[in-house]
Amino acid sequence: MAKLRGRGIAAVNYPTGMNLGGDPSQALIHATTTGNFVVTLSSVDLGQGLRTIMTQITAEVLGIAPEAVMIDTADTDTGPHCMGTFASRTTHRVGNAIIMAATEARKVLLDVAGEELEVAPEDLETDGTGRIVVKGVPGKSISVQDAALAAHFKHGRTISGRGIYLKPRSYPDFETGAMDPDSCQAHACTIAEVEVDTETGDVRVLKLISAYEIGRAINPMMVEQQIVGGSWMGMSHALYETTEPYYPNRAHGPVDFLGYLMPGPADIPEYDAVILERPSTNGPFGAKGIGEMTANSPIPAIANAIFDACGARIDDLPITPEKVLRALDAAALAAQP
Amino acid sequence: MKSSYVSFTLNGEEKELLIEPGRRLVDVLREQCGATGTKNGCGQGSCGACTVHIDGVAMLSCLLPAELVDGSEIVTIEGVVRNRVLHVLQEAFLAQAATQCGFCTAGMIMAAKALLDCDPSPSRQAVIEALSGNVCRCTGYEPIIAAVLAAAATLAKRPAAAAAA
Amino acid sequence: MARILEDVFTAERAGSFQAIGRALPRIDAHSHVTGATRYYADRIFPNLLHAVMARSEHHHALIRHVDLSAAQAVKGVARILTHKDVPNNWYTILKLIGLGPDEEPVLAEDRVLYRGEPIVAILADTEAAAREAAAKVKVEYEELPAVLDVETAILPGTPAIKPHGSNVFVYEGRDHFHVHCGDTEAAFREADHIFEHSYQSSPIEHAPVETTGAIAVPEPGGRYTLHSNTQAAFFTLDNAALILGLPFRQLRVVGGTVGGGFGGKVDVIVEPIAVLGAMLTGRPVKYSFSRGEEMQVSSPRAAERIRIKDGVAADGRIIARDVRILVDAGAYSRHSPYGTIKAAAHMPGPYTVPNVTINAWCVYTNRTPSSAMRGFGVTIGDFALEVQMDRIARELGRDPFELRLQNAYRDGDLKAHRKTVEGAALVEVIQAAAERIGHPLSPECRAMSSCQRT
Repeated sequence: MAKLRGRGIAAVNYPTGMNLGGDPSQALIHATTTGNFVVTLSSVDLGQGLRTIMTQITAEVLGIAPEAVMIDTADTDTGPHCMGTFASRTTHRVGNAIIMAATEARKVLLDVAGEELEVAPEDLETDGTGRIVVKGVPGKSISVQDAALAAHFKHGRTISGRGIYLKPRSYPDFETGAMDPDSCQAHACTIAEVEVDTETGDVRVLKLISAYEIGRAINPMMVEQQIVGGSWMGMSHALYETTEPYYPNRAHGPVDFLGYLMPGPADIPEYDAVILERPSTNGPFGAKGIGEMTANSPIPAIANAIFDACGARIDDLPITPEKVLRALDAAALAAQP
Repeated sequence: MKSSYVSFTLNGEEKELLIEPGRRLVDVLREQCGATGTKNGCGQGSCGACTVHIDGVAMLSCLLPAELVDGSEIVTIEGVVRNRVLHVLQEAFLAQAATQCGFCTAGMIMAAKALLDCDPSPSRQAVIEALSGNVCRCTGYEPIIAAVLAAAATLAKRPAAAAAA
Repeated sequence: MARILEDVFTAERAGSFQAIGRALPRIDAHSHVTGATRYYADRIFPNLLHAVMARSEHHHALIRHVDLSAAQAVKGVARILTHKDVPNNWYTILKLIGLGPDEEPVLAEDRVLYRGEPIVAILADTEAAAREAAAKVKVEYEELPAVLDVETAILPGTPAIKPHGSNVFVYEGRDHFHVHCGDTEAAFREADHIFEHSYQSSPIEHAPVETTGAIAVPEPGGRYTLHSNTQAAFFTLDNAALILGLPFRQLRVVGGTVGGGFGGKVDVIVEPIAVLGAMLTGRPVKYSFSRGEEMQVSSPRAAERIRIKDGVAADGRIIARDVRILVDAGAYSRHSPYGTIKAAAHMPGPYTVPNVTINAWCVYTNRTPSSAMRGFGVTIGDFALEVQMDRIARELGRDPFELRLQNAYRDGDLKAHRKTVEGAALVEVIQAAAERIGHPLSPECRAMSSCQRT
């Protein structure tokens, strides 16, 4: 009986957006009198950080500070349609809708600023902190707040924009399966290092080393959150979780967190990750969805590492200590002459 | 059985409430006191989202009949901010990006604060043990552990008087 | 924080940004750490009714009689909802994207197809009273044989548990979803090695710390506001209105701040009951899953059974891949017909295989309906694919990184579903991961690129 260490690898891809498309999202943007911008959506933040990501995309397109952006979501009386938060779609779909809406609002903003400064709007640029400046003319500028006030009270203009993103629905050919299911694909490769206790069948994940390609990291801190949290969930799926421990037998289903097993704070591995960016042609600033994918590659990487460690090949999730012990017994039996 | 009056202090404020027999403390806090920062995640004592302090001890408010807290001093997440200043743990949760959906956060902070209140410089193992009754489904725990350790490190740098505040 | 590798895809990622790429702190983090974030259940309404469901005790049974008298006698019970109260009791959630037919009852009528299926909803002044009454609902059943195994379910001669006469979802007249390219059988004959293995998963629960729930509040003018933790506000509004026969304008969904979802809050299960209760009583109604319901009754990630047969050339090229997928949808469709297509679309994984056959069945069994979960249709497929790749590498004595690189898809390749690959980066993530652990790669593997084949 021993504690054996092993290493396993897995590489995966993951589609962004609802399979086969047909899943629109919309955004409405308007400036307040004082040059803040309200983005109205009906999209849902499950904790993935939608409000923060959409703030950054809005600020980038309008050329204003993120602090000047307010995200108003999700009230179906006021917010325009969003298909929903799933399929790693919100950064891509809602982000694109916001780019369209913010581009329209920015045009009005610069038109008004141009009139106030008596220059053509093409000669203006935003400085990202709240001023609109004349290119190449230091000191000639107007604040976004003054431009917004002028738009409201002098020019009678609404600084606003409408945006929608739709990947048109693909209808599969049911003879061949030909179809256009995705908008883009994100990628991951994970290496798992595990230790298997051959006496108890217990598997400890020591380290998860990963590389993720996600198009563009709109917010690297939130990417990191998805990586660490998703890797944990992948490890949890690999070794612990099920509502039916003896599937397809329905007996022994857990009804609380004491019976439904997940790794706790004492069970977490060391994480190491790098991010690659290959911007997609259709994502906002090239972004792809990362939310779901992070849970996928750790599962087979851990399964392969268990085999590497002790020769137990387990094709049945979750890989419980019982299954490890049974697989070790079977391997020992098979090795007998 | 009839409803009865129960008195306690909640975040330093005196309360006297008419409470139905068997009513859970978590419901009293949320529905009768407006302290909705305390969450009900399972109602069975298995997730820790409802953790509050009763006389300085972290307890699960979903398992406590409210009659039992008569005369106690209760602190919830709303009472962790003092004079509109965040507690070092709250600052550390921000700095370490230790929240995602946020639903477990109040319970996590209350569990961690109970630890730091009696052991201001805990080991990583002690932090893990203090958090082991609290479920988080988003973060993978590592940022939360890091936040508690970072808060402890901040406390260690402070003069004793400030740390006690 | 994870570092961005700036020397990969350098030209493509060039650009100067002010807000994009910044590690801006989470906007709602401050309200999270102070307990100020408002989730749906943090809106407290006076005069609230609590809904609790009486559920099937059997996997498969006919309902002979439902006796509500003892439940009605419980103090605090305001109303009991049965299927007769639901205006359009039969629905299917993907109706809005054209995947029919209506096949799930909101509340059971003459039969139940899984243990935990809702039969009647108790509305009471307190949750405790509602639970007590739900336990006192007396249902007389006639038990039927249960089909719990997907392989059994699709065998000829197994009784159909579904009214349409089979145990599979029907795709345009076909009993499964099919994808192929090339000639898989011919390629198997040419292959030097054949690998055939089966993989299995069990149902997995989303387990958000906040359980699924909603509060319906009657408003002036005959409208209802739904405070919900749905992942899809309009999807919920539209489906709830269809079930309730309510003009869409009379419903308003307010949400957007959710305590974890992971796909579990995309089904529209609690909202129609909450609104119906509010319609029939004129009072606010809260319906939220208990933790036990969340674990055993809310839809899990489907269990999948996946068999992969690969034909591999002596040099390690996978020249044929045949994949058979059985998705255990449980008793009703929910999102599984969609997820089954997504599972088929994902195969043969991030590899270019010239001859591919994929057959995917969405199979009904007498268990809790499964539905969407993080990585829907892909997560379990990746487990099967990547364990299979490990087997091939070991059997052929190949480096597992290099076998994957050799077969990795690149820009311009054709996928099994006949879409041309663009934006591939599998090669680069494998190279980066190998570099990270100091795993040596051959010069050819180091020189590979997703952008072109050399």
